[in-house]
Amino acid sequence: MPPEKIPQEITPELFNHLVNLAALDLSPEESEYIRRELNNQLKAIHDLEAIPLDPETPITSHGVPYSSEITPAIRPDEWLPYSHPEEIISQAPVIEDGYIVVPDIPHTELE
Amino acid sequence: MEITDLPAHQLTKLIRSREISAEEVLDASLARIAAIDGRAGMLTGGNLEPEEIQKIHAFITPTPQRARAQAQEVDRKLASGEDPGPLAGIPFTVKDIFCVHGTPSTAGSRILANFVAPYTATPAARMEAAGGVMLGKVNLDEFTYGSSNESSAFQPSPRNPWDTGRVPGGSSGGSAAAVAAGESALSLGTDTAGSIRQPAAFCGVVGLKPTYGRVSRYGLIAFGSSLDCPGPLARTVTDAALALKVIAGPDRHDATAANVLVSDYATQLEEGVRGMRIGLSPDYFRVTYFDGESGQLHQEPISPEIESAVLSVAGYLAELGADIVEGVPMPHTRYGIPVYFVISRVEASSNLHRYDGVKYGYRTPDPVQELSEMYRKTRDQGFGLQPKLRILMGMYVSAAQYSEQYYARALRVRTLIRQDFEQAFDPLGPHRLAALLTPTTPTTAFPMGAVYGDSVLMQYADQLTVPANHAGVPGLSIPAGFDTQGLPIGAQLLGPDFSEATLLRIGRTYEIATESHDWRKLRPAILQ
Repeated sequence: MPPEKIPQEITPELFNHLVNLAALDLSPEESEYIRRELNNQLKAIHDLEAIPLDPETPITSHGVPYSSEITPAIRPDEWLPYSHPEEIISQAPVIEDGYIVVPDIPHTELE
Repeated sequence: MEITDLPAHQLTKLIRSREISAEEVLDASLARIAAIDGRAGMLTGGNLEPEEIQKIHAFITPTPQRARAQAQEVDRKLASGEDPGPLAGIPFTVKDIFCVHGTPSTAGSRILANFVAPYTATPAARMEAAGGVMLGKVNLDEFTYGSSNESSAFQPSPRNPWDTGRVPGGSSGGSAAAVAAGESALSLGTDTAGSIRQPAAFCGVVGLKPTYGRVSRYGLIAFGSSLDCPGPLARTVTDAALALKVIAGPDRHDATAANVLVSDYATQLEEGVRGMRIGLSPDYFRVTYFDGESGQLHQEPISPEIESAVLSVAGYLAELGADIVEGVPMPHTRYGIPVYFVISRVEASSNLHRYDGVKYGYRTPDPVQELSEMYRKTRDQGFGLQPKLRILMGMYVSAAQYSEQYYARALRVRTLIRQDFEQAFDPLGPHRLAALLTPTTPTTAFPMGAVYGDSVLMQYADQLTVPANHAGVPGLSIPAGFDTQGLPIGAQLLGPDFSEATLLRIGRTYEIATESHDWRKLRPAILQ
């Protein structure tokens, strides 16, 4: 099946949708620069369409094949306490009594 | 020769024989850093004074007290007859993408500027356990996203020791600059598309990207998890071999750290190249780049000076008994960058979702009404342009409606890139190569500001290095002379999975063959 026509560019509407999904909040200047660069990168990416690709060609998610000989054995599922949990908790920007504090999470009370 | 200019393998012998103490070596390194490094990178870096343009600015966080304690411990062990380890007293630096316990571990980003790592990355821990003396954390492109170091949130960004008007390369630019300028004998870097080899070439040092899985990624702040490889930068091939032996090997904290025996790389270094088949591919002597203005792809030969330097390496290896095999086809080389534009962005965007102002790192000080507003403001203020660009591209090309055209296609083309290498190295195939010899970079170091901002052109600086990351195979960049502007040229050796010993041996053979050459005696401008 031939691939669906690929959009030639990321429109301002699509860009704003992506920004929203990415939990970003960009200034107009940043948006202009990033959208231009995205579209330029996509033009470069479209070069991949020039390759005749056998649909049977498998994907490669890692270059090195992980045969059973070189794949480390799975560790036993054992609980190992971390020696200094307070060092990890103390990295949180806002903490109270060992809990991480965040702003209000919008929610609805269930009846 | 000054202490700081001695290679690590010689230094450690002098320290172990107690001709010099680890503390004296440390003092020499700190004096070198004080003389040439200048201001460390800061979030409020501001403008450079004219004299600061003549400095290297490799560091973000120097750790002289940690280094002092480590050097004293090496000296104490030697005095009491204990073995301080194979890197006894060797000053090294760490790219600030590795977590090191108790140090700010920033990734060159505002969003991690206040993050103090609660644990140490395996490669850094192994360097320290082997007696290495950690001088500090060095600068990089933000989250490693660049090839020049200019994108770091910590300014001033590093400058090239051979010409401080030029970039050191990236993203391990602080590492390469520190090693080239004799601030440290070794540095730990990472390579996702060429980020060890390209700055090594630009700064005239040795850079080794090991096979994917050869060195643990535990404690590495992730970029492209199927591509990232920690590895050493050094001034000599022997030093790179010494460092690799220390950092390589399985790790219970990383299920992708392969269960493959670690060779004693240093013992095989001087066994020569007689009978080795070393390939040259026309596909690595031209570059294809995308012109944003015309929207067209252009193909050009690489710089004639770089081509002639690499062919000269081949000539020396042939004289010493290697079989040089010309015309090896690597037809998918040109697709390395577009494939990378897709795969690395998808992986980066996934890895960057964790930065949310909740668990660690930066949180916006602005008043907010609710959680998602805090996320948005935090990520907007904390990330620079390059992470934002990569997050958005990664989300676009992996979105349900586009992923078959973009992401799945890129992963299939990645298979073809891998097959190019498998065919070249196949012991029963027509080429039967032990290694492929290529230029590391299409150009020598470019001027500061010349490429920064053009994210497409910047990415093409990695065109000759990125195929090895897609394929997972190891790559070694070695110094191969200078161009007429006095800038270092790098030659690259690529080999089959886990063939680091062979690549290092070829590199060392060339090093021996040229050790008396005048260009080997040149020192970076910063040291003159």
